[in-house]
Amino acid sequence: MTKKALARLGVPPQIIKRAAIAMYEAEINVVIHANGGTAETEIFPDHIRICVLDNGPGIPDVELAMQEGWSTASDTAREMGFGAGMGLPNIKRNADEMSIDTRIGEGTKITIIIRF
Amino acid sequence: MSKLHAVRLNRDLCMGCTNCIKRCPTEAIRVRDGKAVIFEERCIDCGECIRACPHHAKSADMDPMSRLGEYKRTVALAAPSLYTQFGPPATREMVLAALQGIGFDEVYEVALGAEIVSRKTEELLKTTDGNVPRPLISSACPAVVRLIQMKYPGLIPNLISFDSPMEVTARLAREEIIARTGLANHEIGLFFISPCPAKRTAIYNPIGRTNSDVDGAIAISDVYSLILEQLEKSVHTKLIGKGNLQAGECGLRWSAAGGEARALNTERYLAVDGIHNVIAILEEIENERLKDIDFIEANSCIGGCLGGPLTVANRFSGKARHRTYIKAAEHMPENYPARRAAWESAVGDISLPDRLEANPALQLDDDITQALLKYEQMKEIAERLPGLDCGACGAPNCEALAEDIVRGEASEDACIVLLKERLAQEKTTYGEKGTDYAENPDG
Repeated sequence: MTKKALARLGVPPQIIKRAAIAMYEAEINVVIHANGGTAETEIFPDHIRICVLDNGPGIPDVELAMQEGWSTASDTAREMGFGAGMGLPNIKRNADEMSIDTRIGEGTKITIIIRF
Repeated sequence: MSKLHAVRLNRDLCMGCTNCIKRCPTEAIRVRDGKAVIFEERCIDCGECIRACPHHAKSADMDPMSRLGEYKRTVALAAPSLYTQFGPPATREMVLAALQGIGFDEVYEVALGAEIVSRKTEELLKTTDGNVPRPLISSACPAVVRLIQMKYPGLIPNLISFDSPMEVTARLAREEIIARTGLANHEIGLFFISPCPAKRTAIYNPIGRTNSDVDGAIAISDVYSLILEQLEKSVHTKLIGKGNLQAGECGLRWSAAGGEARALNTERYLAVDGIHNVIAILEEIENERLKDIDFIEANSCIGGCLGGPLTVANRFSGKARHRTYIKAAEHMPENYPARRAAWESAVGDISLPDRLEANPALQLDDDITQALLKYEQMKEIAERLPGLDCGACGAPNCEALAEDIVRGEASEDACIVLLKERLAQEKTTYGEKGTDYAENPDG
């Protein structure tokens, strides 16, 4: 949906691609770790702000979670091809700014900013 | 004739129904004042509307056979899908001879050009150059290329920037004829015998180059009965020789979905056919979910070119005949390998001279701030609309109507569901009088 909107606005394809990948990865995380959540995007004339929020278990060690290959995904998620430990690193690679606000037992909020 | 597009509307036959607006993959058609209107900048010439129209109001603006009179020497470039239109006892050599019978001086098989494109693509797939993105997408179907230019500009780098088999065949045929006959370039007329309108547009408004080596495109459906007549004659006269055969099995396979990919000697390919299926796959590529695939063959038509909107035979019978022609290609004339090798060495670089550019037709405004405003308005309007996507307003769905309103091309009054609500409201406001009016508009 967001992708379609960005295209209608004339945002360059490379930027759309980065936004789409970052958002997809964040959403997959929410699905496999937190059993669902919400994603909000705000589009400004010079950047897009994506905020993905869940009420899941939270991330105990963010630094560790940011490492490529680190994953706590369930076997079921892995069997479906997810949980390779590339989600968060991939978001960071595609974002201009990324912040993680996480509380154990309460949930996680990931904010991604991509500039045009 | 328009140079931009080959799909035409016959206003007299158009009933203003919703069949074409619903099927158009780029939402390029609206019904205005009871007649369909095509947004030229959004049309990709896929021909879906020609197929969808039950009243035959949509047609392809192809070149007539009378254009042959403009040239000293005329050449038919036979699309690989042409043969599949004719069943036994017709053979490929008979179909090629029939083309000469209906007025062409010479015949060339585009399937031979296809074989050359296959070899070049195979080489490209072998390069380990990290700058070559994956998966690579075939650019053989012009409707798919135009779709990518407009809806998926992020995938333009994935498109294989090669000339089409038609263009490669035309160039080599032209060089050969000039060398053999000494005729001037403008005295030779090359006509593609085409299964689709997109190929005509690819000649008059080429992609990735300024000029085409082809002079026109004649619809298979326009020459079908002429060829049939010749075939019947040739069965009696036995006037058939193998001399015309130029292409082998690999080139012939291009006419059916999967055939182009099969020639590349890799398993890491995906072949998709039908423009709506192509869209689904392009979405997958955009989201980087096809990392295990090196090559995408994408055909706008279901079944591949043999299912083109300007073919005559049912695509399933076409597919059955396709197999017969491939089987028969096991026995090629002796000169085939030498001829193919000669073309392969003569062809040189088949890269498109110009860069493939994005088509901004879907952008709401050139200025992003303005575009944002329009987008917000569009969303607001879309929320007020019923979301039934009935098409009665003339736009394919509610969101498209919202967009038309924002672009200043339609008004909310076009929505009959909103109109009905408004009438009901008026009924409550004006009491009995309103009821009378609603139940008996003439009274």
